Amino acid sequence: MRHDQPADLPTVEEALVVRVTDVSLRYGKRLALDAVSLDVPAGKMVGLLGPDGVGKSSLFSLISGARAIQEGRIEVLGGNMAEARHRREVCPRIAYMPQGLGKNLYPTLSVFENIDFFGRLFGHREVERMYRIAELLDSTGLTPFRDRPAGKLSGGMKQKLGLCCALIHDPDLLILDEPTTGVDPLSRRQFWDLVERIRRGRPGMSVLMSTAYMEEAGRFDWLVAMDAGRVLATGTPHELLVRSGTTSLEEAFIALLPEEERRGHRTVVIPPRTGDDGDIAIEAKDLTMRFGDFVAVDHVSFRIERGEIFGFLGSNGCGKTTTMKMLTGLLPASEGQAWLFGKAVDPKDLTTRRRVGYMSQSFSLYLELTVRQNLALHAKLFHVPAEEISGRVEAMAERFDLADVIDALPDALPLGRRQRLSLAVAMIHRPEMLILDEPTSGVDPIARDAFWQIMIDLARQDKVTIFISTHFMNEAERCDRISLMHAGKVLVSGSPAALTAQRGVNSLEDAFIGYLEEAMAEGNTTGSPFPDNRVASPAPALAAPASAVTAHEKGRGFDVRRLLSYTRIEALGLRRDPIRATLALLGSILLMFVVGYGISMDVDDLTFAVLDRDQTATSHDYVLNLAGSRYFIEHAPIADHAELDRRMRSGELSLALEIPPGFARDLSRGNRVEIGAWVDGAMPQRAETVQGYVRGMHAHWLAGMASHQPGQPLSAGLVNIETRFRYNPDVKSLVSMVPAMIPLLLMLIPSMLTALSVVRDKEMGSIVNLYVTPVTKLEFLLGKQLPYILLAMLNFLVMAALAVTVFGVPLTGSFFTLATAALLYVISATAMGLLISTFMRSQIAAVFGTMVLTLLPATQFSGMIDPVSSLEGLGALIGRLYPTTHFLTICRGTFSKALGFADVQHALLSLVLAVPVLMGLCVALLKKQEA
Amino acid sequence: MRLANMLQLGIKELRSLARDSRLLILIVYSFSVAIYIGATAMPESLNKAPIAIVDEDRSPLSLRIVGAFYPPHFLAPELIPHAGMDEGMDAGRFTFALNIPPEFQRDLLAGRGPTIQLNVDATRMSQAFVGSGYIQTIINDEVSEFARRYRASTMPPVDLALRARFNPSLTQTWFGAVMQVINNVTMLSLVLTGAALIRERERGTIEHLLVMPVTPLEIMTSKVWPMGVVVLAACAFALLVIVEGLLAMPIEGSLALFFTGAAVHLFATTSLGIFLATVARSMPQFGLLLVLVLLPLQMLSGGATPRESMPEFVQVLMQAAPTTHFVMLAQAILYRGAGLEVVWPQFISLAIIGVIFFSIALGRLRKTIGMMA
Repeated sequence: MRHDQPADLPTVEEALVVRVTDVSLRYGKRLALDAVSLDVPAGKMVGLLGPDGVGKSSLFSLISGARAIQEGRIEVLGGNMAEARHRREVCPRIAYMPQGLGKNLYPTLSVFENIDFFGRLFGHREVERMYRIAELLDSTGLTPFRDRPAGKLSGGMKQKLGLCCALIHDPDLLILDEPTTGVDPLSRRQFWDLVERIRRGRPGMSVLMSTAYMEEAGRFDWLVAMDAGRVLATGTPHELLVRSGTTSLEEAFIALLPEEERRGHRTVVIPPRTGDDGDIAIEAKDLTMRFGDFVAVDHVSFRIERGEIFGFLGSNGCGKTTTMKMLTGLLPASEGQAWLFGKAVDPKDLTTRRRVGYMSQSFSLYLELTVRQNLALHAKLFHVPAEEISGRVEAMAERFDLADVIDALPDALPLGRRQRLSLAVAMIHRPEMLILDEPTSGVDPIARDAFWQIMIDLARQDKVTIFISTHFMNEAERCDRISLMHAGKVLVSGSPAALTAQRGVNSLEDAFIGYLEEAMAEGNTTGSPFPDNRVASPAPALAAPASAVTAHEKGRGFDVRRLLSYTRIEALGLRRDPIRATLALLGSILLMFVVGYGISMDVDDLTFAVLDRDQTATSHDYVLNLAGSRYFIEHAPIADHAELDRRMRSGELSLALEIPPGFARDLSRGNRVEIGAWVDGAMPQRAETVQGYVRGMHAHWLAGMASHQPGQPLSAGLVNIETRFRYNPDVKSLVSMVPAMIPLLLMLIPSMLTALSVVRDKEMGSIVNLYVTPVTKLEFLLGKQLPYILLAMLNFLVMAALAVTVFGVPLTGSFFTLATAALLYVISATAMGLLISTFMRSQIAAVFGTMVLTLLPATQFSGMIDPVSSLEGLGALIGRLYPTTHFLTICRGTFSKALGFADVQHALLSLVLAVPVLMGLCVALLKKQEA
Repeated sequence: MRLANMLQLGIKELRSLARDSRLLILIVYSFSVAIYIGATAMPESLNKAPIAIVDEDRSPLSLRIVGAFYPPHFLAPELIPHAGMDEGMDAGRFTFALNIPPEFQRDLLAGRGPTIQLNVDATRMSQAFVGSGYIQTIINDEVSEFARRYRASTMPPVDLALRARFNPSLTQTWFGAVMQVINNVTMLSLVLTGAALIRERERGTIEHLLVMPVTPLEIMTSKVWPMGVVVLAACAFALLVIVEGLLAMPIEGSLALFFTGAAVHLFATTSLGIFLATVARSMPQFGLLLVLVLLPLQMLSGGATPRESMPEFVQVLMQAAPTTHFVMLAQAILYRGAGLEVVWPQFISLAIIGVIFFSIALGRLRKTIGMMA
């Protein structure tokens, strides 16, 4: 390992911002960082260069404290990052912007709300926050988009917003992971200007930034070249050029690579197009796409010949992707038409689809399938003959350098390799046409060259038509023709050389920016995504206000403001998605009606039929005794045993009676007779009730018989049992069930609401804000929980009001007690959701887990139908611990039994205890660093 | 519609599922441990009912009555003073409180027909009904037995031979186990299909499918069949190993018939899952919808309380729910050993519901596909 270090003197040490010593990192078996040692000088703009998957992002996540250190030592701002105390102290001084466009932003929140959230997280006061946000928005040119949701911004603007969010707390160390990847040249240029201006305003700030664009490397003060988890070289750009004896940094980097890797690289050669047969492969005429009143694509027309490489250039969000989607039939055009191979695009036309390969901008392969399985699946879906499939898979793996990871999961691959997999998948069926949406963004230079070589071979030899969009100017130069798009319109088309010449500039990049700026000057009204930020305040931008220091010192303890900042975004998210809150409220009302009325413990309307083999007045009298009661409904009589069996099996009859022949005769003679009764035991609860009824009526009939015989004392009169049904004198199910519905629904719905809140952050990437900001785990959890507690309390009030008014179940006890218990209970319910959310890794698992862990205990172990004291086994244990049990006791107590605070203190105490237990578990399971 | 496509896409679903280890653990849990706990927790209709007795007589007869209450039906009675009765019932310590008045035995023997007061906590519906019936029978038995020593019986000699069919000892566990399996079958099939579709949408893979020579019908079928197979396998495991094996429930009817019925039921519920996924725009919305749909499906299908005692409108409404028919079918086949000649109406209902859900879901899938891309 060639590792150049600045002279290792104690005096230099103070000028270091980051010192990395022998750091290694493993993901499973894969070694991402291999004993890296690195000293980064302070106050400089430091660039990290290297191809995909060499460990740049891993190193950054370790330095920022987002990921736990496995091996080695990292010192940042004078302290050990392995110590939680130091991390807590320095995290307000570090800002980390992870890789991926807007990864740590909240897509449904507006630009302003996103920055505001970070400001609150770092404890800035209102006045200071407003001042800073205004300043940041102004200097980044985002002021006109203050209220636009972050998810609707173009890539370049997302990155600027990310920068604003990183800068709000005046960091001393700014870590930017590939902030310009996937961003168009103009936005990229603006981004760099912005960073430099900020550095002028805060000269002491150190910036660590990685990039995939070699042309940007020259702008750094100091460079770190990385490859395969190791540092290749460090030094100023000039030093590197001198050392490698090359003229450009791109060449210098390739020269620095180990011999065997360099060998694979060849400069791309483009043979001229020959045999122009004039076949039109793609034609578009006045293609237009409107989303509401927004025109995404505005009368775009072009013709692409067979075997041509046609490039689509344009800033982010100018309509390239939308145009491509219309060509593939994914989006129906609002106006205009397109033809592929001379046939109009028709989403139902499966044969044309087979001739096209499409690669979308976002990675869209199956993360759960290995590289091989992904390739094979697509080959099969495109009907590649079975005997060719394995050959094709091997060939594609070979071609795209995926052979060594063929059985790995895409998730384990770096971004660049995943892009290659997407491409391989798009080409597996030998399409005659490729539609590729920014296929190389995030792919390193060497891999990009290899990829272009493949495409050029395809186009020139196999006459494959290639329609590609890109941000890289050196790629655009390789196209036969390019179109420049802006704000939904094609500005200009032609060969790259012609366009450059037409503009009278030296490079295509200058031509591109020239055309764009011209177009924006013309139409500089509302739709333009690129405000010219050159007019923005150049000034002493972002000189640190004095109070920033105090903000830094508030990094410890429990801070309500940080908590509330999470509450705010969660509440805003809830407000932006009103369907969820509506579902929660209306749904619970609906369920209360359906289930409240539906569940009935009253067993009546039982069906029975008689096999009467006596057919006398006495036997009829016996049957009448049953049929006359409100519990039984008589069905047609039974003729024989076979019929009795059949009708009972079908479930038609709950009870079958058999009266033996000679019943009346034997009875009058005083001989013993026996009436047979069969009860359907499939539902034991119902069967028990039926048996009880039948016994009672039998006894009643006998008593009646006895009383008709003179001289016999009434045996039924021995003792009177006076049964008083208390609390619910009419024994109505409603009185019992409605107060039970409140605990049930207040468990199921709030827990489901919170169940996705943490796991969603994990899937979207915004969980990184927990890792690198001063917010503590408890603040994070409570902050997220709070809005749902409020929503659940609202839900509680609505349900309680409904119970009293619509259902007419009077609240006889103390409302104060009920409300206190409800508050404690919904805290527990939301904490249950959070607990599942912190534990699970996928949203599906969180949804299913919540259903499994709430529905069964709440409906069956909590005393809703069977009292907890009667339960058996583990269920009884769960029932005793589960919060629903205790709230149910309080609910029924306050509604029906006129109980107050003192009467239910045991249950209340249990609810009080459940809160710290559940929250403690959440805190224990949540990690403040990625493992 | 090509079978090869559906087969390949379906295998992809199975592979995806196999990767999510925590989800697999949950599935295994819900079809083994959860069923066992759920089934064994359910008390016999009257099990360990807590009862308190205020004995103001303290005669041989009253002691005899006190001694007649014992487990498993009742917990050993708690003897309390008259003053403690209200308080104990308020706190929910016991469901029944029996008050035997002073001079009870003497009045009885004198033929004065004394009155015993039975207080029942009627908010505990399940015990209140059955329990008070039991208590009355017990008291009557004890009293007549006691009185018989002094007087001869005069009752007419008619015996009632009460027999429970299909579950002679009325073991609640058998009932609970099968209902638990049914509930989990429904829940899992809804979650898996619906969430699989939403995941494809959130990750953008559905877009990829739509540019391939694959139709929406194939996409949908390829989600329905593998999830159906997984749930059916889980259901078979639960029924054979947990219910028939561990809980020793005798299965009366044909298992093949039952599994065929379960397959038809799964066709309906997986289609319903797809339908919900086309309605919900994100996973959080889907989660909530799931709660709103599953709760009535479970509580009102006849698996928790008898259908015939539900109000008319609920009964009619629940005819549209596949679980209602599946519960009837399962009870008829598994407990009563019914054959196809008995359960064919349920098969037809399930198939009709399935076809309706499937068509609606397919229509919505086609319509929302533009929005998904």
